[in-house]
Amino acid sequence: MTSLPANPSPTKLGLVIDLDICVGCHACAVNCKEWNTGGYHAPLTDSDPYGTDPTGVWFNRVHAFEVGEGHAGRTVHFPRSCLHCEDAPCVTVCPTGASYKRTEDGIVLVDEDMCIGCKLCSWSCPYGAREFDADVGVMKKCTLCVDRIYNQNMEAVDRVPACVATCPAGARHFGDLGDPASDVSRLVAAREGYDLMPEMQTRPTNKYLPPRPRRDEDGAITSATSLEDASPEGGFLGWVDRLLSTTGDVR
Amino acid sequence: MNPAYSVIFFTTASGLGYGLLVFIGVFASLGLLPADRWLGFWGLGLALAAITFGLLSSTFHLGRPERAWRAVSQWRSSWLAREGVLALLTYVPAAVLGIAWVFYEQISGSIALAAIAVAVLSLVTVYCTGKIYASLKTIPAWHQTIVPVNYVILALMTGAVWFLALLNIFSLPSMQVSVMAVVLLVFGLAAKVRFWRQIDHAPVTSTSGTATGLGDLGEVRLLETPNTSANYLNTEMGFKVARKHAAKLRRIAIIFGFVLPALLVILAGLASGVPAVLFSCLAALLMMVGMVAERWLFFAEAKHVVNLYYGETTI
Repeated sequence: MTSLPANPSPTKLGLVIDLDICVGCHACAVNCKEWNTGGYHAPLTDSDPYGTDPTGVWFNRVHAFEVGEGHAGRTVHFPRSCLHCEDAPCVTVCPTGASYKRTEDGIVLVDEDMCIGCKLCSWSCPYGAREFDADVGVMKKCTLCVDRIYNQNMEAVDRVPACVATCPAGARHFGDLGDPASDVSRLVAAREGYDLMPEMQTRPTNKYLPPRPRRDEDGAITSATSLEDASPEGGFLGWVDRLLSTTGDVR
Repeated sequence: MNPAYSVIFFTTASGLGYGLLVFIGVFASLGLLPADRWLGFWGLGLALAAITFGLLSSTFHLGRPERAWRAVSQWRSSWLAREGVLALLTYVPAAVLGIAWVFYEQISGSIALAAIAVAVLSLVTVYCTGKIYASLKTIPAWHQTIVPVNYVILALMTGAVWFLALLNIFSLPSMQVSVMAVVLLVFGLAAKVRFWRQIDHAPVTSTSGTATGLGDLGEVRLLETPNTSANYLNTEMGFKVARKHAAKLRRIAIIFGFVLPALLVILAGLASGVPAVLFSCLAALLMMVGMVAERWLFFAEAKHVVNLYYGETTI
């Protein structure tokens, strides 16, 4: 049934991603690939993996953006995966019922045995969360590691999504965003976590935490200090600069 | 968006087929068509062949075509499923009309009700096709009320021109149909030009700032993509080839899709006999060249917001 759950449980499992901490190492993407190529959606097909034009299915991809200009500019690493939206358009557009949102915890999944591979769900997703597996002919997506988080055969500490388990910087958090008292909800409240593309009205469950403002030694918000001037005016370095600039100018 | 050949063929062919069914259904139910079995055979045959090959072609772009039958189950939420349900439903009165017309040369009385049902279901099916695209918020160029209107007008227009060609072949020239075809060609062009103007002057829907949520910190520019060679999102949603030639393709669509067919339909109306047949058939064929260019552009010019994660800054 591709209608959204009529009476969803208050539980909304999801991720909180801290853009202040992420270092862009891609470990989350790699561990996601490693786990899921043997998990619920196995295999995550690669084609031409060792050739000149490799391509394949990934549930998690890490972008890097430059934000702002000059001294106020910064680099932000940006992991992108399914946000398990409350108003998930990928669910309602599905003509077969393969795409569905779980009533009990809000996880959005694809039933591969029902999927006809029409790709309409990937067209409806603003976040590029769904990728078509041309080899199997069906759509695949992040499962929030549904085969880990409820897995009684794993130690309790390991029952988190693969991307969260592996993040060496602690930039990813997993929990119940429907419970205002949960660690992730309190983190979102404290750090003013936000939704991606709210204008798409998808009401994402996953939240992103913004980079913290840059501060100087006294704790005041500031922009980055400038690098040393390349052509100093005076002093020893100025004298060397002038000397080298005037003699034997072979530019 | 990547313009898949199968979907271009499906939407143009099924639009023509359903448009033709509307005219056949309306004219048959009003008693304006002779109950000649060959007119019924070729008219309904052409329309249903265009629809059926279109539907089969649309299943070729599926990853698992053998499961296509599942696509009618979610009509409560999905416009694609609704289109599938109505496409299948249309076959029922079309079959009743076809059997009565071809085998019994009977198109009046209760059969006229089947003809009306064919016309109504055909129109609603095309509307559903348009709604599949118009319901996608992620593609602002398509998320407009004019999109299903465009689909319906172009289906009626292509149907009218082919209907005229069919009538001329059967030596049933009709000034009414000629006038309707020209009027629909004018309306079709107006709707298309308006659509192009709207997408050319559309306000910005989303930016790299809203996509990353970092817009408050300044301008957001892509530094590194996650992948070194194209992934599924880049090939399916990041198609750029035809945008380069958009102006040229728009001229081709206008001239072949609307202007030349209108002139040829007028010429066919002034002529009679064999020249009228030739002019109206040429109008029908040239129009389809224009329709393919128009449909190609519909996909190629539409930008998906996911490209904001891959270098676009505003969509």
